[in-house]
Amino acid sequence: MESMLRKQKEMLSKIASGNGHGENSPYFDGWKAYETDPYHPTKNPNGVIQMGLAENQLCFDLVQQWLLNNPEASICTAEGVNDFRNIAIFQDYHGLPEFRNAVAKFMGKVRGNRVKYDPDRIVMSGGATGAHETVAFCLADPGEAFLVPTPYYPGFDRDLRWRTGVQLVPVECYSSNNFEITREAMEAAYQKAQEDNITIKGLLLTNPSNPLGTYLHRETLRSLVNFINEKNIHLVCDEIYAATVFSGQRDFISISEIIEEDTACNRNLIHLVYSLSKDMGFPGFRVGIIYSYNDTVVSCARRMSSFGLVSSQTQHLIASMLSDDEFVDGFLMESAKRLAKRHRAFTCGLSQVGIGCLKSNAGLFLWMDLHHLLKEQTYEAEMKLWKVIIDEVKLNVSPGSSFHCPNPGWFRVCFANMDKETMEVALSRIRSFMRKNKEPKLPVKKLCWTKSLRLSTSFKRLDDIISSPCMSPQSPLVRART
Amino acid sequence: MKLLSRKATCNSHGQGSSYFLGWQEYEKNPYDEVKNPKGIIQMGLAENQLSFVLLESWLAENPDAAGFKRDGQSIFRELALFQDYHGLPAFKQALVEFMSEVRGNKVTFDPSNLVLAAGATSANETLMFCLAEPGEAFLLPTPYYPGFDRDLKWRTEVEIVPIQCTSSNSFQITETALEDAYQLAQKRNLKVKGVLVTNPSNPLGTTMTRAELKLLLNFISVKNIHLISDEIYSGTVFSSPGFISIMEILKESNCENTEVWNRVHIVYSLSKDLGLPGFRVGAIYSNDDMVVAAATKMSSFGLVSSQTQYLLSAMLSDKQFTKNYISENQKRLKQRHKKLVSGLEKSGISCLKSNAGLFCWVDMRHLLSSKTFEAEMELWKKIVYDVKLNISPGSSCHCSEPGWFRVCFANMSEETLKLSMQRLKAFVDSAATTNQSNKISRRKSLIKWVFRLSFDDRETIHGDR
Repeated sequence: MESMLRKQKEMLSKIASGNGHGENSPYFDGWKAYETDPYHPTKNPNGVIQMGLAENQLCFDLVQQWLLNNPEASICTAEGVNDFRNIAIFQDYHGLPEFRNAVAKFMGKVRGNRVKYDPDRIVMSGGATGAHETVAFCLADPGEAFLVPTPYYPGFDRDLRWRTGVQLVPVECYSSNNFEITREAMEAAYQKAQEDNITIKGLLLTNPSNPLGTYLHRETLRSLVNFINEKNIHLVCDEIYAATVFSGQRDFISISEIIEEDTACNRNLIHLVYSLSKDMGFPGFRVGIIYSYNDTVVSCARRMSSFGLVSSQTQHLIASMLSDDEFVDGFLMESAKRLAKRHRAFTCGLSQVGIGCLKSNAGLFLWMDLHHLLKEQTYEAEMKLWKVIIDEVKLNVSPGSSFHCPNPGWFRVCFANMDKETMEVALSRIRSFMRKNKEPKLPVKKLCWTKSLRLSTSFKRLDDIISSPCMSPQSPLVRART
Repeated sequence: MKLLSRKATCNSHGQGSSYFLGWQEYEKNPYDEVKNPKGIIQMGLAENQLSFVLLESWLAENPDAAGFKRDGQSIFRELALFQDYHGLPAFKQALVEFMSEVRGNKVTFDPSNLVLAAGATSANETLMFCLAEPGEAFLLPTPYYPGFDRDLKWRTEVEIVPIQCTSSNSFQITETALEDAYQLAQKRNLKVKGVLVTNPSNPLGTTMTRAELKLLLNFISVKNIHLISDEIYSGTVFSSPGFISIMEILKESNCENTEVWNRVHIVYSLSKDLGLPGFRVGAIYSNDDMVVAAATKMSSFGLVSSQTQYLLSAMLSDKQFTKNYISENQKRLKQRHKKLVSGLEKSGISCLKSNAGLFCWVDMRHLLSSKTFEAEMELWKKIVYDVKLNISPGSSCHCSEPGWFRVCFANMSEETLKLSMQRLKAFVDSAATTNQSNKISRRKSLIKWVFRLSFDDRETIHGDR
């Protein structure tokens, strides 16, 4: 049996048979736990509440109303079907002009119209996932690397590295200074890479940050721009959460704004990744965007977009929706308001039971500090606590180690992917848990840990979870920190 | 330190090819019945525009699917959030049933072995990433779709080694050609990981024979390599001998549970059969669960938009619609194919006898000034610039013999096709009476054109088959 499996593996590439897809990370394991026992207010009130999915579900009513009022935006309705065949045939990788125009305008509005985007630089991709991979293919050869500040979105390990052969070098950011990116940390990471003979090709930022939920100050951005110019490396800015800034469009500072002000910056080094998955709440529509200030990169990325074009049906819908100025202005304002309200409610609820979070002003999640609940400040302890949160508190939250956080005990908790009632249930569960566990250290529940993994032995994939290296203290994630 | 990657600065995207250059010329001067009647007629685009009216009438009769509704309830939110790379179950079910129907229900497919991708472009690239290391090779019979040079090689760094097919036997694959290709790869120190065929063939427009398919199965069995069958044109087979899928042969040969069963993979798409290239619906079908698992994860880089999955799941689950569509579409393709063939005949031009596809493989060898690819380019330039028809030269498809051209027939109105044939006839008639001594000086200036265009690093539009 084993030799058959080995033979089967040998017929495939290393990429296909290895673990570069990164799905053995606990980030995804929590999802699996949720899928076997998903919460439902009536059908499964004791199920696991999904708080590991950074989705924006707060404004669908606005979109649905718009759709009702604009049937011609769909090429399938009686009002829109005249466009059907032209759209169905359209596969030009430049994208529908009206789509590019609408997206460029939208991106500008999200930044309070302080920046103007050129529709001819808008390049499509298969979501931000596809965008990141494409940018990596354009900027780096196999073996070369990008600097990424920690903690960072676990998907980057796959998106930037898996098929491209590119490496990620972490820039460590610590809780002691609110995870700010320091020049020292950047230089240290860069030097270390030089010593290890790794060529750094660029720096990848997510701004606003996932998982921190904070956006970068002007000074920090300027300092980072100086750094990349000095080293002559690229700057890739993922601004996928740009419109989730709670105070609206006035406070967020995009890299685009910085380079407008900084004439010394080499624009050929600056690239943006964007998507409608978070700001609009449309992850299913796969609308990823690459916006580069480098003409060669635009050209190359556009050719590569053949591997992940946006469905023309979707381009048409988005073009229609985002060119409606009244709708967009109203949506952006209302969305920010609702996110702010939800954020406030959740952080208040947590602070009432003595749980603090990093002070944040954007995003669809909180960066929750539970290090005081750890028996010891280790990842092992963090994993144990995480298991308890999933198995006992019945909340799927994402452990900081899966984000490569250098300090154990932090968890990302999403709050915008559920209704108000579910949020209340989540908070009440946390309150009960905290009441039971007034002591800072956890009761010893070794057996409980492995036992409760058998959530449903009939579920095939659990065998993968149990035998996965991540469930043991020898998790590669623990070792990977160094 | 160089700023960009090798992939960004090399030419492996393949867009310097004449295949794409012809499109560029078309874009500059596109034919329009009213606005630009003297413009270039696009005959280099393998699109199926003949059956839209069937899709449009289905839409009119099914307002729910059209309006993001299921049983009158809005499912917009559900769809907007749906990003599971396993795909919409109802869509995969409908798609495998459609694939089965296209194969006369002689084979059935399991939806859990189907992986969605952003078009066949993405599906083919993903399979390369799954099956081969950089520097390894796949064998492809010539002539082949020019886009493969990009899709299979560019970012994957996989090599293509041609299996040379010739007109002597209607470009069918022979055992000798297969062995020669394999040996050639060995000589170049390339490890062969598999064979990729397009069946029905682009650009030939022919279905593979039972003998060829068996030969391929035998070959991959002996060499212990993979076989990818790109069956993107399977629904465009309009006359006998009919379509035989590689799956059928596998079934017939009782290959289930043998090693070779796991090494045959199918690529499919709705871009040709349904005429929906804009929707980016591609698929990989494999019996190897590791391939399915890996490809599924890779599909994150190019998922199918959920609203598109939903629309098509409703459409393809309507069995009355699919039955009618498949037969009506074939009928229309057959008629249109006949019109092109007879139009060409009037100009004394023949084509390879074909029973599928959206194009004909046209024999213009007799119009070449010499049996060379330079002469083919010369003729091609004349056809693009003087006759004002964008057709695809065989050299762009890596054909081993000069003088063959792919001419599409399903992407225009009947009137436009008629006009294109008139222009061609006028050209052929006048060429017949041209002074032979002028040939040499003309060739020199046209070769200058060739060099100018091929070294020009200009933007080209997105390529299609």
